[in-house]
Amino acid sequence: MEFPRLRRKDRLHELNEELESHLAMATEDLVQRGLSEDAAAHTARREFGNLLLVREVALDAWGGRWRRDFLEDAQYGWRVLWKNPGFLAMAVLTLALGIGANTALFSIVNGVLLNPLPYSHPEELVTLHESKPNFATGSISFPNFLDWQRDNQTFSSMALQRGTSFILTGLGETEQVSASFVSSDFFRQLAVVPALGRDFAVGEDLVGAAPTAMITAGFWKRKFNSAPDVVGKAINLDGKAYTIIGVIPANFDLLGTLRSRELYLPIGQWSNAILMNRAAGLGFHGIGRLKPGVSVAQARADMDRVTQNLATAYPAANKGIGAALIPLREWVLGDVQPFLLLLFGSVGFVLLIACANVANLLLARSTGRTHEFAIRMALGAGRGRILRQLITESLLLAVIGGAMGILLAAVGTKEALRLLPATLPRSAEVGIDTRVLIFAAAVSLLSGICFGLLPALKTAKSGPYGAIKEGGRGSSGTRYRAQRVLVAAEMALAVVLLIGAGLMIRTLSALWNISPGFDPKNVLTFGFALPTTMAQADASSVRAAFREVQEKFQALPDIQAVSFSWGALPLSSDDEWQFWIDGQPRPASANDMNWALNYVVEPDYLKVMGISLKSGRFFTAQDNEHAQRVAVVDEALASKFFPGLDPVGKRLHINNGNDGIVEIVGVVGHVKQWSLDADQKESLQAQLYTPFMQLPDKAMAQSASGVSALVRSRDSAPVFESLRRTSAQMSGQQVLFGAQTMKEIIANSLAERRFSMILLGIFAAVALVLASVGIYGVVSYVVGQRTQEIGVRMAMGAQRSEVLRMVLTQGTAMVALGAMVGLAAALVLTRLMEGMLFAVSAADPVTYFGVISLLFLVSLAACCLPARRAARLNPLDSLRYE
Amino acid sequence: MVKPQYRNRIELLQGTLDLMILQTLQWGQQHGYGISLAIRNRSGEILQVDTGSLYPALQRLEKQKWVASEWKISENRQRAKYYRLTAAGKRQLARERSRWERLTEAISGVLEPASKEE
Repeated sequence: MEFPRLRRKDRLHELNEELESHLAMATEDLVQRGLSEDAAAHTARREFGNLLLVREVALDAWGGRWRRDFLEDAQYGWRVLWKNPGFLAMAVLTLALGIGANTALFSIVNGVLLNPLPYSHPEELVTLHESKPNFATGSISFPNFLDWQRDNQTFSSMALQRGTSFILTGLGETEQVSASFVSSDFFRQLAVVPALGRDFAVGEDLVGAAPTAMITAGFWKRKFNSAPDVVGKAINLDGKAYTIIGVIPANFDLLGTLRSRELYLPIGQWSNAILMNRAAGLGFHGIGRLKPGVSVAQARADMDRVTQNLATAYPAANKGIGAALIPLREWVLGDVQPFLLLLFGSVGFVLLIACANVANLLLARSTGRTHEFAIRMALGAGRGRILRQLITESLLLAVIGGAMGILLAAVGTKEALRLLPATLPRSAEVGIDTRVLIFAAAVSLLSGICFGLLPALKTAKSGPYGAIKEGGRGSSGTRYRAQRVLVAAEMALAVVLLIGAGLMIRTLSALWNISPGFDPKNVLTFGFALPTTMAQADASSVRAAFREVQEKFQALPDIQAVSFSWGALPLSSDDEWQFWIDGQPRPASANDMNWALNYVVEPDYLKVMGISLKSGRFFTAQDNEHAQRVAVVDEALASKFFPGLDPVGKRLHINNGNDGIVEIVGVVGHVKQWSLDADQKESLQAQLYTPFMQLPDKAMAQSASGVSALVRSRDSAPVFESLRRTSAQMSGQQVLFGAQTMKEIIANSLAERRFSMILLGIFAAVALVLASVGIYGVVSYVVGQRTQEIGVRMAMGAQRSEVLRMVLTQGTAMVALGAMVGLAAALVLTRLMEGMLFAVSAADPVTYFGVISLLFLVSLAACCLPARRAARLNPLDSLRYE
Repeated sequence: MVKPQYRNRIELLQGTLDLMILQTLQWGQQHGYGISLAIRNRSGEILQVDTGSLYPALQRLEKQKWVASEWKISENRQRAKYYRLTAAGKRQLARERSRWERLTEAISGVLEPASKEE
């Protein structure tokens, strides 16, 4: 193997010695032929020829010529760049911004979309749901799941999971911990091996099995200081002891809606009376592993067969119920893919603008260097050589800019991710890895060639003679034209980004301004659990305990109204009840029942949420466990089930677990349950309110372990602390958890859009700044080059205002051209983001007009400085110029 | 327009110079100066080997591993770098020679077509 770089020095040394020995021998021969020492040495040297040249050419035989040229060019280029630090800083900063933003976004795209999911054979994993009339991806009942598991032929395993929470006592302070009920296959099929202890055994998930739990490494560390003897110990959850059988490794992470929890318990441990009810939708969702080589379509066909058999076998519960199979990747990333790609596309525009700007800087600078290149060409440098020199300089800039960009990206990515804490799946996996570095390097080199080629070609094309003749003051119309086109292109790109950002801002403000059907201001929500000793208490003591807490909370200063709530909570969680209307026959199957979102609340709920009462009345304290059961419906339920009728006085039969007859006493306004923007897209709109105190005894006893509480405070006073203190004074085992204001809940529901808006806004702002700098640079440059001409014009009688107008007209002409192209491009490109818009058309005239006005104002300001400089020229000075 | 012709000339020279160097080393190892003397003497003082061609050629042949070199003391007690033919060099010499012979045959065929008819 040859290592030219390492060996070159040795070779040079050896060659020197060899050539000297050649000279010595030649000299000695001449001396022997009778010449004097001096004359011989002289003659030998003369016959030998150019020693330096021989040495160079001889060494070139080993190759590496190109590399040495490159190094020389780079050294020379660096000296040239360093001589002009202003230009260097400007170009490097611009590039660092462009490359940095692209690298940052690529690292997000890479971590979220490109890297495979962190499980073995993730392509085999699919999420499982029941498709029901009201829900495309509804929850699976446990009995159905057990049958799916047994009857399917396409899955190697299937597991079920449902989030829950427990009150943990006896391990430090009493607290609420997030947990999950899982079937015993859950970890096995994700190929998760316990870090300690064992996995759940087959059948351990059935009702009646001994109470066991697996804990996460985080919980192990937090509560047991990672003590190795944790396996076999017991923990108290909701007052019941569970034996810890294993620890889940730290790197285990569940994605998307299958959120990570601290504890995992077998499903059979759930003390829910209707767990084994085939018709109950209890929030279970499954995950399955396809057998190797089985396609999702094959699995769907297989599951269709399974669910059809079940529908025949259990028509009452399973009529109309199918299986929905969604690949895990799609389930986790389905929502973010389009918006990440949109952002990635727009950040590319920023880079293009940055390149255009640097190209412009180079063009302007190359004019100043025509003399230098003319001389080099006159001395024999080939056009290719000059081209190479210029490209090398551009690459040098790109490499420095790229290195700074990577640093910028490393910091910027962290900041960007902080803007959207929970919505982006896999954000923990985002980071700068080899692929990101390769991307950054490729983008840097590509942009180096991109911005360097045009100016280099233009410079190398101009022959030596013209430049020398003009005395280094080159001024050709074509050079201006290239600069103008570049500025117009920058403007066009900036317009597209500005319009994208403008549309997002309009969308978000529209979303903030639409009424969710309730007043989110000053509303705090949190979870509340009675002491775990209440878990075994009867319903009447639970009711008494809730009444006492409600009164204590209500009495606090700054609190206007308090309501406990069970069931659905707007924009947070949903829960459904089935019913049929009194006087109609009871539907045969669960899915022929009518469905409604159910809100089990207290009399003050309307006051807390600021929901409007349309007719009849809302609940009072008299609607308690001793009175007749009543209900309030929303307008959507009223108009769907009682079109043209007054629902007040009508009666409904409630099914599944909370059976009984309720009489409708009032109608309230509809509340947006699902989301601010797409609420209407969900088929389930009907909403049913029932009084908390009338919750059937079994459910009431269950609610002791956790309900939601809603509090309206005066003037957004910070009430959570005083609530917690009051609760702690009553019992140290009573827990308040997960406090969130309604405003925060709404903000979180918009987080994805807000993230796009903020990033698009930043990109657009950077684009506008770069484009303004670009137009400022070009106009100043042109004014500088035309100083003499302007002087002549003024000497001939041109007014200052005319000069001002002339320069401004030229500047705005570039802007107008760019703006027009940009508008046309925006009309096409913004269609890509239609899915993210709300209440705003992609061709929203307000946005377009606003953007164009902004652009003209900013660019006019950028042109004004050089224009005024031109107008203030003293004609005499400018004529003497040079 | 001048460049391509220039390059052709160099290549032609290169081929023949390489052949002459390899042939010279066939008779035993020699240093650069010795090679240039040998070529001059054997060509009857007609071919003067330019050092600017000789040394690049030697480097090239060494890179191709057709010759190997080592430092030795010459008969004049002068330290000098001696080149010798490698096995690959010998094969290359045979190839170059036969190519050269075919070339000269062909050229003389072109230059003296009539002599055969006579």
